[in-house]
Amino acid sequence: MIKFFLMVNKQGQTRLSKYYEHVDINKRTLLETEVIKSCLSRSNEQCSFIEYKDFKLIYRQYAALFIVVGVNDTENEMAIYEFIHNFVEVLDEYFSRVVIMNYRNVEMTPESIILLFFYLRLMGTKYN
Amino acid sequence: MSDIVEKTLTALPGLFLQNQPGGGPAAAKSSFSSRLGSLVRGITALTSKHEEEKLIQQELSSLKATVSAPTTTLKMMKECMVRLIYCEMLGYDASFGYIHAIKLAQQGNLLEKRVGYLAVSLFLHESHELLLLLVNTVVKDLQSTNLVEVCMALTVVSQIFPREMIPAENSSGYKDLTGSFITILKQVVGGKLPVDFNYHSVPAPWLQIQLLRILRLLGKDDQRTSELMYDVLDESLRRAELNHNVTYAILFECVHTIYSIYPKSELLEKAAKCIGKFVLSPKINLKYLGLKALTYVIQQDPTLALQHQMTIIECLDHPDPIIKRETLELLYRITNAQNITVIVQKMLEYLHQSKEEYVIVNLVGKIADVLVLNTVDTYAPDNAWFIQTMNAVFSVGGDVMHPDIPNNFLRLLAEGFDDETEDQQLRLYAVQSYLTLLDVENVFYPQRFLQVMSWVLGEYSYLLDKETPEEVITKLYKLLMNDSISSETKTWLIAAVTKLTPQARSSNIVERLIQEFTISLDTCMRQHAFELKHLHENVELMKNLLPVDKSCEDIVVDASLSFLDGFVAEGLSQGAAPYKPHHQRQEEKLSQEKVLNFEPYGLSFSSPGFTGRQSPAGISLGSDISGNSAETGLKETNSLKLEGVKKLWGKEGYLPKKESKTGDESETPPIPQESTIMENVDQAITKKDQSQVLTQSKEEKEKQLLASSLFVGLGSDNTISLLGKADTVSHKFRKKSKVKETKSGEMTSIHNITCSSFSSLSNVAYEGDYYLNTLQDRRDKEFKKFSLNSELLDSESLAELHLVEKLSNCSLSTPSLFDDNNMEIFHPPQSTAASVAKEISLASSLLEETTEYIHSNLIEVCNNETVSVSSYKIWKDDCLLMVWSVTNKSGLELKSANLEIFPAENFKVRQGCLDGIHHFFHSDVLALWFRSSCSTLPDYLLYQCQKVMEGS
Repeated sequence: MIKFFLMVNKQGQTRLSKYYEHVDINKRTLLETEVIKSCLSRSNEQCSFIEYKDFKLIYRQYAALFIVVGVNDTENEMAIYEFIHNFVEVLDEYFSRVVIMNYRNVEMTPESIILLFFYLRLMGTKYN
Repeated sequence: MSDIVEKTLTALPGLFLQNQPGGGPAAAKSSFSSRLGSLVRGITALTSKHEEEKLIQQELSSLKATVSAPTTTLKMMKECMVRLIYCEMLGYDASFGYIHAIKLAQQGNLLEKRVGYLAVSLFLHESHELLLLLVNTVVKDLQSTNLVEVCMALTVVSQIFPREMIPAENSSGYKDLTGSFITILKQVVGGKLPVDFNYHSVPAPWLQIQLLRILRLLGKDDQRTSELMYDVLDESLRRAELNHNVTYAILFECVHTIYSIYPKSELLEKAAKCIGKFVLSPKINLKYLGLKALTYVIQQDPTLALQHQMTIIECLDHPDPIIKRETLELLYRITNAQNITVIVQKMLEYLHQSKEEYVIVNLVGKIADVLVLNTVDTYAPDNAWFIQTMNAVFSVGGDVMHPDIPNNFLRLLAEGFDDETEDQQLRLYAVQSYLTLLDVENVFYPQRFLQVMSWVLGEYSYLLDKETPEEVITKLYKLLMNDSISSETKTWLIAAVTKLTPQARSSNIVERLIQEFTISLDTCMRQHAFELKHLHENVELMKNLLPVDKSCEDIVVDASLSFLDGFVAEGLSQGAAPYKPHHQRQEEKLSQEKVLNFEPYGLSFSSPGFTGRQSPAGISLGSDISGNSAETGLKETNSLKLEGVKKLWGKEGYLPKKESKTGDESETPPIPQESTIMENVDQAITKKDQSQVLTQSKEEKEKQLLASSLFVGLGSDNTISLLGKADTVSHKFRKKSKVKETKSGEMTSIHNITCSSFSSLSNVAYEGDYYLNTLQDRRDKEFKKFSLNSELLDSESLAELHLVEKLSNCSLSTPSLFDDNNMEIFHPPQSTAASVAKEISLASSLLEETTEYIHSNLIEVCNNETVSVSSYKIWKDDCLLMVWSVTNKSGLELKSANLEIFPAENFKVRQGCLDGIHHFFHSDVLALWFRSSCSTLPDYLLYQCQKVMEGS
């Protein structure tokens, strides 16, 4: 089951987060920092799955942007790994690559934000 | 599936822009929520986190004003919600808007409702208090005729409502759906879905995965259902051949399902081949997946580990720690007596490298599991190795490990195995190794490790030949004087010293220690020191109290401390004030101090339960002491950890359970066929190995060697121990510890009693008092008689009496214990009556129903040629029962019996609590039952009865 979905840039700033299980807002910051730290410490030769506490983190890097999904033990890591890619592909389709290149400088249209939410919501219902 | 999502999403901008025909994204930005647009732009332009914070705070305060303004329309509210979501998403608190989101979901038109629901599902969570306000809206929308509204409501339900509100989970109710799921999967796999569902030309991969999971749940342990799905699983395996990540994801799920449902050898073979693809893949993610799959399947089929042993060895030294850990997880599942040393070695290596606490806790738990399990099973490992490994585990993980680990380890040492000499050697080795460890200068061990050491040294130092107890005490003393040791550990240490003191000939160190700690600022330590001091003065008592190597023996204890009743009676007869409980004393003190009370009374004073206790005439009952001091004793165990541990070893409490457990394990049927196959495989592999040896480099040889040591014995009988290992272990642990809890609740160790007797007595923590007038005469005689008769712990209680007598000048105060209706009549059921009737002999006349509880010995109260009256007490969880049986010894038929119990009248009158003693009469045995919700029914009842009967 997916526990959370994060988009974090290389500087460690969270660009988008969605939690499927309630996490206290103060604890989120700490969790996100630790998560991105463990993702940044990995090299390309290492595998894209990390064990973090009792979660598994599955991450993919797109330019300066990390997408990290936290799942529990019963999840199929590879399915999530490909799922991230699917997500990015969909975004890509809509925003013609701008999202991937540099999320921060994009003028996000309001719909895009809403879309992101809808998309995340749909993912949630699919996996919860 | 994802493509459907995509389509839905394409339609969405249109939905938002309904009111503005012809609007594209650009148009939307300018009109629909330009405020949001400018907010996003503003944030994007900022360069520092600080500026972002400032801007958002500004935004939030303006939003706060807007949403709470009465003039705000729903349409504006919708716009505000979107901005709130954005702020919340960036990690800022927008909780002031939650209620407005709910309102929007309640009141808005379709579009506004949608935004409202969206905001709600993002803001709230299942335990949020505002969720209740949403329930009605959701219920209403679920019944709506508009499909979109129903969908929105359903989505919210699945997102934020607690699980209990959406029942499901148990698969057994859905078996009839198996066919449908299979058909769906067949269609998906067969490419019947539109191309839009494809992801990299794989048809709806996530749907497939989900379906495979459902099938796994349905087919688990169900041959008939499993048979239905063999075909479709086979097809899934066949179709998923495209070399893409997502097909591997499907394959992984498929393999998992095949190994989880009722097995079919043909499919298993294919699945095994699949795993090969994973494990041998150069892609690291696939390798990881392969290891994970192997971990799943290896419990069913250990031969797979043999097939991939070289890969596993490589992964064990992989530069990526995640891969390494997954490999260890795999090895953990195949541990057996032959390869345990190698595997544990590898685990320890990893343990030494890892720094993250979670990893350490996890790994330490696994090593301990493996060790304890393999030690409990018949294989006796090398003592030295076992102790050394445990030392390593304690040294690294001592401070973070689960407390069960040291407890289980100590239990293992104490209970031992079948072979007594082996046990002694193990213990001796442990003692020796700890002494060596303690000799090392400037090394700090974790507190838990020190606690384990002190327990073992306290219990088993007597096994040593060379070192004398004095030497051990000296070492413990050195630790005690060390500042870096926690006070909890110090109590363990001093307890160990206490145990060793009776064995030591000279006691200089002990005396020094007593001197040192009787003035300690730590009250707990001081208490221990005083106990030691008192015990030290009476070596005989000490030897009785702390016998050598008796940690496994049960101590039956009279928690009611009834042997002190006489003493209390004596005190009262000499004019001591009856005991008052602490709260009453305080109450009285307060009422004396304050003539006019202007402050409101505290809650405790208004509670009706206390009013009864205030009457000074209230009769106080001797053994109620017991209840309360037993309580104090229990409280003390918090600090007196060692005694707590000691109690764990009592065998009686959990042995039955444990036996049945091990019985189950050993009953696992042997698999003779498999074992022969396994041997063949084993041989084949060793042959292969041998033939390759010549051409291999030295490094490879080392790997081979490692492999052979790791995968040794992975056949035949060992398969049994592999099955579901992790679960049984943890389960076993849990079970034991539960029993331990109840046990410590029921039993009070001697130690606690001694504590409470000679420490609490002096403080007059005595909650007992006596029935004054009746006891004044003949008290001495009765007193002696009583203590001798009533209790189980004869020697202890006598010893106690000594102390008690010494301290008899202390004052006693009063309470009224049986304030309200503590006593009630207990009607024995008919069946019991019948059984009572059958048993004529005195010895066997314990009532059947009652034997399962802790009860005192049957005491004959009085007798003559025809009738004997005996009594015993039963301690139940909630009350204390007193049973008197009157037995006809003569063999003549008793036509009638007339029993008058005079004191009963007294009780009734004075206490208003004993409304009557119920006597039950059947044929020739008469049983009397008293029941009191106060768990410490006083002995004075017994005494009264005895007195009266003797007199009559």
